[in-house]
Amino acid sequence: MLLKKLTEASGVSGNEKEVRDIIIAEIKDHVDDLKIDKLGNIIAYKNGKPSSKKLMITAHMDEVGLMVTDIDDKGFIKFTTVGGIDKRVLVSKTVHIGDNKIPGVIGSKPIHLQKKNERNKAIDIDNLYIDIGTDTKEETSKFVKIGDYVTFDSKYIEFGDDLIKAKALDNRVGCSLLIELIKEVKDVSFYGVFTVMEEIGLRGAGPAAYYVNPDISIILEGTLCYDVPKIDSHLIPTYINKGPAISLMDRTTIFNRSLREKIVGIAIKNNIPYQYRKSSMGGNDSGNIHTKKEGSITATISVPCRNIHSPTSVMSKKDYDNTYRLLRAIIKDFEKGELVNGF
Amino acid sequence: MDFNSKLLEELVKTYGPSGNETKICNYIKGQIEKYVDEIIIDSLGNLIARKKGNGNKIMIAAHMDQIGFMITDIDDNGFLRFTNIGGVSPLVSLNQHVVFENGVLGIIAKEPVEDISKLKLSNMYIDIGVRDKNEAESLVNIGDVCVYLPHYCENENTVFTSALDDRIGCYIAIEAIKAVNNSSNDLYFVFTAQEEVGTRGAKTSAYRIEPDICISLDVTGSGDTPKAKTFAVGLNKGTAIKVKDQSILTHPKLRNIMIDIAKNNNIPYQLEVLEHGGTDSGAVHLTKEGVPSGVISIPTRYIHSTTEMVSKNDVINSLKLLIKLLEHNIEI
Repeated sequence: MLLKKLTEASGVSGNEKEVRDIIIAEIKDHVDDLKIDKLGNIIAYKNGKPSSKKLMITAHMDEVGLMVTDIDDKGFIKFTTVGGIDKRVLVSKTVHIGDNKIPGVIGSKPIHLQKKNERNKAIDIDNLYIDIGTDTKEETSKFVKIGDYVTFDSKYIEFGDDLIKAKALDNRVGCSLLIELIKEVKDVSFYGVFTVMEEIGLRGAGPAAYYVNPDISIILEGTLCYDVPKIDSHLIPTYINKGPAISLMDRTTIFNRSLREKIVGIAIKNNIPYQYRKSSMGGNDSGNIHTKKEGSITATISVPCRNIHSPTSVMSKKDYDNTYRLLRAIIKDFEKGELVNGF
Repeated sequence: MDFNSKLLEELVKTYGPSGNETKICNYIKGQIEKYVDEIIIDSLGNLIARKKGNGNKIMIAAHMDQIGFMITDIDDNGFLRFTNIGGVSPLVSLNQHVVFENGVLGIIAKEPVEDISKLKLSNMYIDIGVRDKNEAESLVNIGDVCVYLPHYCENENTVFTSALDDRIGCYIAIEAIKAVNNSSNDLYFVFTAQEEVGTRGAKTSAYRIEPDICISLDVTGSGDTPKAKTFAVGLNKGTAIKVKDQSILTHPKLRNIMIDIAKNNNIPYQLEVLEHGGTDSGAVHLTKEGVPSGVISIPTRYIHSTTEMVSKNDVINSLKLLIKLLEHNIEI
């Protein structure tokens, strides 16, 4: 299954090759042009009916993770974070290190030995280490070197009422949606772009947008979801099972209002449930895309993911399906020229 | 040179928060179209007006957007929750009137909070005087944006009103468009979008224009109020020529040309070294291969509050400096 394969692959920012190779294998027979740019972005083009406006659909390939910074005399591995990771999720997790996916566990001082004040706060990354079961620097160095990437070890599982648990749903869910679109949409011209290094500052998207120079972009994401009980509704960014989340604004973009309203109109017309992404926190590739060159119009459509940026992100298959339906309906409007009307 | 109160009043009373600049854009377009040769509105909503010439391509940037509030949630009783667009203070916003693009009015209120100094926007709401969610939804939608209810007050020397940041810059640009006649320079007046959320419009418009020189017009703070932090800019002391802020060190040659023009024309000026904040020139000067850029600042009290204050003479002197500069053959 595509989403299983994508989420179980390693692709921390700057090291997206494994994910990129899966994507290329999936889409190569379905596109008219395929280019890997100098930063590692995949820029695919499907040539169909001509359109007056250039449409680009993007999803970032990278995920948050860790990087090895040092190996101590006892063979323990010190590390830093790549992208936004809540240090409270790290303790006692299993990980894979480097290209050979050496298994390791993140260890810390046991509660018995912690001082009172230590128990009350999250353990600092300086006091965490990865144990790969070796006991000297020499031994560890045979398997691991400084600069190696570390990913969470987390299997894709399906559970409950159509829910999925996996790591890296942000943003393999976007990649999966875009792969399916590229495979199934026929005779429509658009660019499908899979970007690198979003999690460390939207870095891949800038050069990709510079190259493509789109008029309209749709950014596909997995986004914040915190729909737990006893929270005021305005503090809930998105809900599971309420459909694709359409962004209003975030730290990097105020999304074009006409495009947003058109997308909402398409959802209503096609009886597709939708919700607004109520938080203005965070940012995504749109920030770099819409201000590139002479500027362009963007929208972000996301699948809500609980526990985002952790090894145990959770999303709903129903939300996935409804997001896909919405994208197909948007592309149909694009094909008819209605989506770009007025831009 | 008379102060055009009518123009400024209309400018500050026209709706235009970042990302929703259509109304203010249309208003400005109406004011300038008979004085310019070309007008373009780009995909971010920047209004770009050209007065053709054969000399240097000069971009004059004044941002037309203002700070505001975007609705993120409507509760069962019809209360609206919101997020900020641009730099908004919770304390300043408390109990203020707001107005939406369609004219719907509201006030900003707060949940009970123990320590008012810890007030956060997430503990505040907008009350639009409705009975329930349905009634609220017939008036506003999630994603709609409101601004402080505008008002206009002035006395002989001073204007105190909302949205002077940066409608005062727009005012100067509009008056300069009308006044500049014998410039050999190729002038691009840009009324930029989305400055308050990170100089986004300046970025894309500068890319399109590829100017040789850029001058931004924007407000700066003042250090002349009781116990103010030391800042050698004050009201009634002339136009302010920017030396630096957080986004730019202005081009020294251009800055010196501005100073010389001010001296030679008896235009009172002050030099501005601002520790915080930035403006459109910050984005423009790093565009493509780089653009020598400067800023004419208007000393302003109470920036980003509901009532900002400028001196009419400072505005007139800023306009005089801009006109002389645009008529000058600038060699960098």
